[in-house]
Amino acid sequence: MKKAKQFQFQVQPLINNNNNNNNNNGLSFSYFDLLSEEIVFTILDLLTPNPLDKKSFSLGCKNFYFLESKHRRILKPLRSEYLPKVLTRYPHVTHMDLTLCPRVTDATLTNIAGACNSNLVSVDLSMSKFFTGVGLLNLAVKCENLVELDLTNATELKDGAAAMVAEARNLERLWMRRCRMVTDLGVGCIAVGCRKLKLLSLKWCVGVGDLGVGLIAVKCKDIRSLDLSYLPKLDMSSCEKITHIGLSSVFSCTICLEQVTLANGCSVNLDLADSLNKLSKLQSIKLDGCPVTCAGLGAIGDWCVSLKELSLSKCLGVTDEGLTYLFMKQKDLRILDITCCDKITDVSISHITSSCTDLSSLKMESCALVPREAFILIGQRCHSLEELDLTDNEIDDEGLKSISKCSKLSSFKLGLCLNITDEGLAHIGMSCVGLKELDLYRCTGITDSGILAIAGGCPGLEMINIAYCKEITDDSLLLFSKCAQLNTIECRGCPHITSLGLAAIAAGCKQLTKLDIKKCYKVDDAGMIPLAYFSQNLKQINLSYSSVTDVGLLSLASISCLQTLTILHLKGLTPSGLAAALLACGGLTKVKLHASFKSLLPQAIFEHLEARGCLFQWREKVFKAELDPKCWKRQLEDMMQ
Amino acid sequence: MDHKEMPCPTADTWGKSFSSGNELLKNISSDDTPLTSSQRPQQKWEDPSMLDYNTRIEPPFQDFKQRSETQSSLPCNPNNHNKVTDEDVQMNGTIQTGKIQDWDPRAMLNNLNFLEQKIHQLQDLVHLIVGRRSLALGRPDELVAQQKQLITTDLTSIIVQLISTAGSLLPSVKPHSGTTPTGQLGQLGGLFLPSTVGPNGSVQPQNNGGSKVSDQSNQMDITVNCGNEQNYNMEEHESKDDEDADEGENLPPGSYEILQLEKEEILAPHTHFCTICGKGFKRDANLRMHMRGHGDEYKTPAALAKPNKEATSEPMLIKRYSCPYAGCKRNKEHKKFQPLKTILCVKNHYKRTHCDKSYTCSRCNAKKFSVIADLKTHEKHCGKDKWLCSCGTTFSRKDKLFGHIALFQGHTPAIPLEETKGPTVPPDRGEGNEAINKVRSINFNFGSNASNGNEVQNTADVKGNIEDPTGYFSPLNFDTWNFGGFHEFPRPPYEDSESSLSFLIPGSCNYTVPGSCNYTQKTGAESSSNNPE
Repeated sequence: MKKAKQFQFQVQPLINNNNNNNNNNGLSFSYFDLLSEEIVFTILDLLTPNPLDKKSFSLGCKNFYFLESKHRRILKPLRSEYLPKVLTRYPHVTHMDLTLCPRVTDATLTNIAGACNSNLVSVDLSMSKFFTGVGLLNLAVKCENLVELDLTNATELKDGAAAMVAEARNLERLWMRRCRMVTDLGVGCIAVGCRKLKLLSLKWCVGVGDLGVGLIAVKCKDIRSLDLSYLPKLDMSSCEKITHIGLSSVFSCTICLEQVTLANGCSVNLDLADSLNKLSKLQSIKLDGCPVTCAGLGAIGDWCVSLKELSLSKCLGVTDEGLTYLFMKQKDLRILDITCCDKITDVSISHITSSCTDLSSLKMESCALVPREAFILIGQRCHSLEELDLTDNEIDDEGLKSISKCSKLSSFKLGLCLNITDEGLAHIGMSCVGLKELDLYRCTGITDSGILAIAGGCPGLEMINIAYCKEITDDSLLLFSKCAQLNTIECRGCPHITSLGLAAIAAGCKQLTKLDIKKCYKVDDAGMIPLAYFSQNLKQINLSYSSVTDVGLLSLASISCLQTLTILHLKGLTPSGLAAALLACGGLTKVKLHASFKSLLPQAIFEHLEARGCLFQWREKVFKAELDPKCWKRQLEDMMQ
Repeated sequence: MDHKEMPCPTADTWGKSFSSGNELLKNISSDDTPLTSSQRPQQKWEDPSMLDYNTRIEPPFQDFKQRSETQSSLPCNPNNHNKVTDEDVQMNGTIQTGKIQDWDPRAMLNNLNFLEQKIHQLQDLVHLIVGRRSLALGRPDELVAQQKQLITTDLTSIIVQLISTAGSLLPSVKPHSGTTPTGQLGQLGGLFLPSTVGPNGSVQPQNNGGSKVSDQSNQMDITVNCGNEQNYNMEEHESKDDEDADEGENLPPGSYEILQLEKEEILAPHTHFCTICGKGFKRDANLRMHMRGHGDEYKTPAALAKPNKEATSEPMLIKRYSCPYAGCKRNKEHKKFQPLKTILCVKNHYKRTHCDKSYTCSRCNAKKFSVIADLKTHEKHCGKDKWLCSCGTTFSRKDKLFGHIALFQGHTPAIPLEETKGPTVPPDRGEGNEAINKVRSINFNFGSNASNGNEVQNTADVKGNIEDPTGYFSPLNFDTWNFGGFHEFPRPPYEDSESSLSFLIPGSCNYTVPGSCNYTQKTGAESSSNNPE
């Protein structure tokens, strides 16, 4: 990637020379002609991390412009209005990512279908609204090579639209999360129409029941991954017969199934687990939130021989006994999620770490009974860990020192770990060079010196959460500005952070997409202006309680990617300034506002914005002073009791 | 017999014991009037047993008798009966727990002690006789014969009591010997017991149980009948199945009379014709009403009354019907002939199978029927079959549609054009139908269930209903939910409405419980009404 950039900078003077030559000699010769198209395309392939790089390349000269439009396969348009023109410019687009277009109508889809025809392989409509079955039918009929379709959040879609989707005969991957209006009939149509389906996500499709899922199992023989989370109709806890039979029929028909997600669905008892034994190729089971019995866990241990991934997050009934038995049989597990299994102790951890030494991901948020010594075991035994979530645990500096042996660690979550200090974090910063995500939410023991170790030791950091680490100052932000890959920064409730630090971040971290500076009282418009200038990839920002005024907000409106805006309790914000900012910011999909603005602005503005695809969330929360973290945690515990 | 001729002083005590025993009985019976019905058997066994008793033996006996009274007092006392009839199911439970007390081991121990004493007394008596023989051999034959008789009666009494005591341990006998006070007393009375203790002492009417037990058996008959009626109802509801309903009948060929109506007879719209004007009627009652117009002689109550069904009282050969259509499975010439049960079955079968479908549904103009009732049934649901397949086939139930789609390649669920209907409605409908289907499938097995019902009741009684009685009755209740129009049992408070899930509500279990409660109430009431007689 770095090479590519260097190359770009080298090319630029070349072009200038070229132009000069043209002017001087009247000869039309370009050094670039010496390079074949394939070579240029290979170069362009490397220009991926920042989408703006390609843009600047294409603006170099007509030839580059032409080459870039010929090369481009993935299109992520900002505004659907310009799609017809954009599509003529890019004839070879195969992947259409419409996540930045909140408003996608049937006409848009018809345009895309007409322009891309059989080239189109993938369409992502997960953030879009206003299209219906008609548009989808056009897409399905004209783009016969469509393999991937994301219809997540299409809450308005009904069975009729699902029947249209079923016309896409070659569809292999389909996401229908939160398609609440779709019932068994729609899923049945898809099952019959899309016979090549390999992946189907029906998460939150609350209208779908056993019949639809059963038909998928009967008709789609290639299905590998099936997400059935939050399907209440599969639940039937009152008639467990139906669940068991329904699911086992699914399982018996889909021997090749590799991934099953039954989160928040049925209870995992012996019957269900036994029905899993037909799935010899099953590699991944997600049972999040399902009631689990010891016998069920044992059966999973017995039957699923090639299991690589197991998620028992928030499962009631996970005990030391069950896990001990499970891990006597399962030695090859790579990914384990035992979030909020609050009955397990160091006994389980000891078994897990000793039998699954190849574990690459371990999530164990809020395992309250696990003592601090257990975390030393994790560091000693599981050296392959890449992802580790220890949120809200008893881990201390000793544990961190041990875990620093996991040199492959890329994502590390330590939120609400009140026992850790800079000393422990320094070990992580020194050893875990590849760290990409670090969550230090409410780690009150962390100061700038800890961040110094992290920012210095982990240059590839992409996500950092230092929310409510009250000691942190602009110095940390200045350090972070050296991490060029940083795309998510959460520094909520850091009162020492000022616009200065933010300006450094904006200048250094061009990839910034998410920024949360809620309750950074010292951040004002001076921080917003560099942000608006440099961070053209910013999608999401939270400015609540900061000192930003109309000026800052209006400057932010120039960020064309901006989708989500949370602006509660901004003292300097006036209704007219807000209205101007909202109207100027064309890509907004979600705005969180204080309810008082509802009456202060004309209704027509809201109607207009809603028609553009923007959703308003009104909050009436009163201004609240921040609590001390320990006090906050105690309060949380009180609430839970 | 001349008592005074006897040289032995014991002869006097015998006589005394005779009278004293009777006196005692009278006292007791006057104390507790409801026991009069049981007085007779008691007297009978007391007579022999008291023969040799003098006053020293009386107390334990009395004690025993009193205990038996207290035991039986609960079901026996008329006041209690009133209570029972007023109380609800739970009272029934307490009655039955009262019955358990009848079976407590203390009673058994008392029985055995009593028997032991009796054997000892008999032993003494024989010793006495032996001693007396050695003293004077030349005794009159009469006295010897009398003594022999006394010993044999005593022995029989002991044997019978032994059997009854042992029999009380057998679980299958308990409910019947235990349900009624006579049973309890009869157990002591012994002489009557063999019939109760008999191996088949279950449902059949028994002389010992008297009116109560036979009454109980009547009740049983009613439950069986209700099963039959249930089947019949199902036939009417699901008229399409009525031909198949008797498949499992398996009457041996020749055990029934085969009738075959002619085609014209079957297809005739009217079966009752006026002999005067020739007008046809579907129902005899209508014909009788019509006949009034033909003269005063048809207006008499006798002419208007239902023709007496004297035939029912005679033992009649079972009638089964054959279809006149040659080659039909329902034709008697067919190898695997399966007879039709009723004339109605014949008519429906003949029309459905061998006639044109002349009735077309006015709603869909597609479905045709040969039996008008089928058309009406269809029209009720026509248009509601919204589970449509791409091939044009409609289904009343979603699961049927999905089964169809799973079976055939290329068939797709057809989405109704107007998707305005709430998506929640179809699944509900489907579930409702499923529920009905469940009930239906279980009704199919009703016969066996009904017979099980008695067993269930028995076991329930044996276990004394310590556990929740609903647990025992739940399989039966499941069926009773669909007892459309059967009113002989008191209906539960809820209506047999469309809410198909109501059968799942545990409360519906109450249905049989009131029934069984009613049953005990009835027997109780009858026993109390019998007692004064």
